[in-house]
Amino acid sequence: MNVQGTVHKYGDHVDTDVIIPARYLNTPDHKELAAHCMEDIDKEFIHKVKPGDVMVAGVNFGCGSSREHAPIAIKASGVSCVIAATFARIFYRNAINIGLAILECPAASTGISDGDQVSVDFDTGVITNETKHETYQAEPFPPFIKDMIEKGGLMASLKAGKAGV
Amino acid sequence: MGMTMTQKILAKHAGLDSVRAGQLIQAKLDLVLGNDITTPVAVNEFEAAGFDKVFDKSKIALVMDHFAPNKDIKAAAQCKQCRAFARRFDIDNYFDVGEMGIEHALLPEKGLVAPGEAVIGADSHTCTYGALGAFSTGVGSTDMGAAMAAGETWFKVPSAIKVNLTGKLRPFVSGKDVILTLIGMIGVDGARYQSLEFAGPGVGELSIYDRLTISNMAIEAGAKNGIFPVDEITKAYVSERVSRPWTAYEADPDAEYERTVDIDLSQVDCTVAYPHLPENAHSVREGKDIRIDQIVIGSCTNGQLPDLEAAAAILKGRHLARDVRGIIIPATMNVYRQCMKQGLTDIFLDAGCIVSTPTCGPCLGGYMGILAAGERCVSTTNRNFVGRMGHVDSEVYLASPAVAAASGIAGHICHPEEV
Repeated sequence: MNVQGTVHKYGDHVDTDVIIPARYLNTPDHKELAAHCMEDIDKEFIHKVKPGDVMVAGVNFGCGSSREHAPIAIKASGVSCVIAATFARIFYRNAINIGLAILECPAASTGISDGDQVSVDFDTGVITNETKHETYQAEPFPPFIKDMIEKGGLMASLKAGKAGV
Repeated sequence: MGMTMTQKILAKHAGLDSVRAGQLIQAKLDLVLGNDITTPVAVNEFEAAGFDKVFDKSKIALVMDHFAPNKDIKAAAQCKQCRAFARRFDIDNYFDVGEMGIEHALLPEKGLVAPGEAVIGADSHTCTYGALGAFSTGVGSTDMGAAMAAGETWFKVPSAIKVNLTGKLRPFVSGKDVILTLIGMIGVDGARYQSLEFAGPGVGELSIYDRLTISNMAIEAGAKNGIFPVDEITKAYVSERVSRPWTAYEADPDAEYERTVDIDLSQVDCTVAYPHLPENAHSVREGKDIRIDQIVIGSCTNGQLPDLEAAAAILKGRHLARDVRGIIIPATMNVYRQCMKQGLTDIFLDAGCIVSTPTCGPCLGGYMGILAAGERCVSTTNRNFVGRMGHVDSEVYLASPAVAAASGIAGHICHPEEV
């Protein structure tokens, strides 16, 4: 499993309120949520994001509300992977549950700049910055989480008969 | 190796003699909670997966509180979907307008959470019930949907931070000031993935409502949960509300903590968290030059009767400053009724405030008090992120009910002893 795309870079403590403001939580529709993704910190994001692009941020990405609408909005916007120095725990769990690939990698978070081209190999955890010709090593997913993401999330994985751990 | 309170509760629910930090376990759940925003996503997942029954209709609670009474047509559709699900599976604990309250105030009041129980909720402030000596944590909608079917879920057993409390609170200082002080000390990710285990002689100086406020905001330090020991204060609260048997767990003397944070309650002053993170803790005494446009007193953090009594004690016989709006939101219908019976509602109205029926409303920028660009609010809620209560250029200052009330009268951030 590999992805490749252009980087959209953000800072520390990106909270779920700015990923998808609560005023748009009156619908569970993925496309409607995606249309407002990152709106309160980056009005241009939704106009410039392309399928496969990668989001990179600092520490504690996804802190705050447990709203699953946040990883849903990111995934539905076309982002293939989120790389951060660290993630808030509910967001981390939600992202895996809905099948959004996420990697913790402080070195990548520091080294990668906005607009860089990066590729990610989920089997090895190697993140390659093609713009700067650098590589960063993230911890690859344990098998049960990789399996869940590949199947499209927790529910798809439950249906396939492999619940949780 | 000994276990913390949290680890003991998780071990029991996983059917294990012991667990250690970092271990992945499958645990049985005593309650699964959802609200009008998170439940529709959970129901969609539940139905798409083809489930046709819930694990236990008495162990699911659905509370219509975030955008209820329905703020718009889409919000109405979400509540309608929740109601249809509740009726389809004959869910015992479905709370709609008229009997609902803000979920984390309502569930303890209704006796739906007891010490030693394990609870997940599709709402990040589900950690509130740690105040009662329960393990409870926030999850997303998919976890909620799966748990409604399976009655269990997976957890990584958290390592712990011990918060050692000593001393006694000073006048006007409350649980809100304690938790804002703690978050100021350790930061918004200071307890990420960990449990906050409150301990020490200072625990006995905190009312159950102070503890509910403190546990409620454990998530704002990134914690998985924030738990208090079970003492006579807990027992007095629970015995009036819970009839089923429950268990009080105690941390082992040799339980392992990654670190200990000491807080002398007598040194805590009224505290305000400035925009745009709950860790931006300042003494309220620094805020004289910060003019405000609105106060909000309510929410799952500070909408209980003692919170409103504290606000009323300050507002009695006084009036809000010119151009300050005051929005008071009792957290449950019971609190709402008590406000009327005790004359608090009159005090609020005489002071120029409005009193709403229970709703999360303005806390998350839903409705009932949205801010324009450049406006500032002193709020007893739990988050002050960019755009949390309205325009991205508005500001939320987090504080206790007493500080919010005093600030409303003064028109700027103000210590309650100065009005």
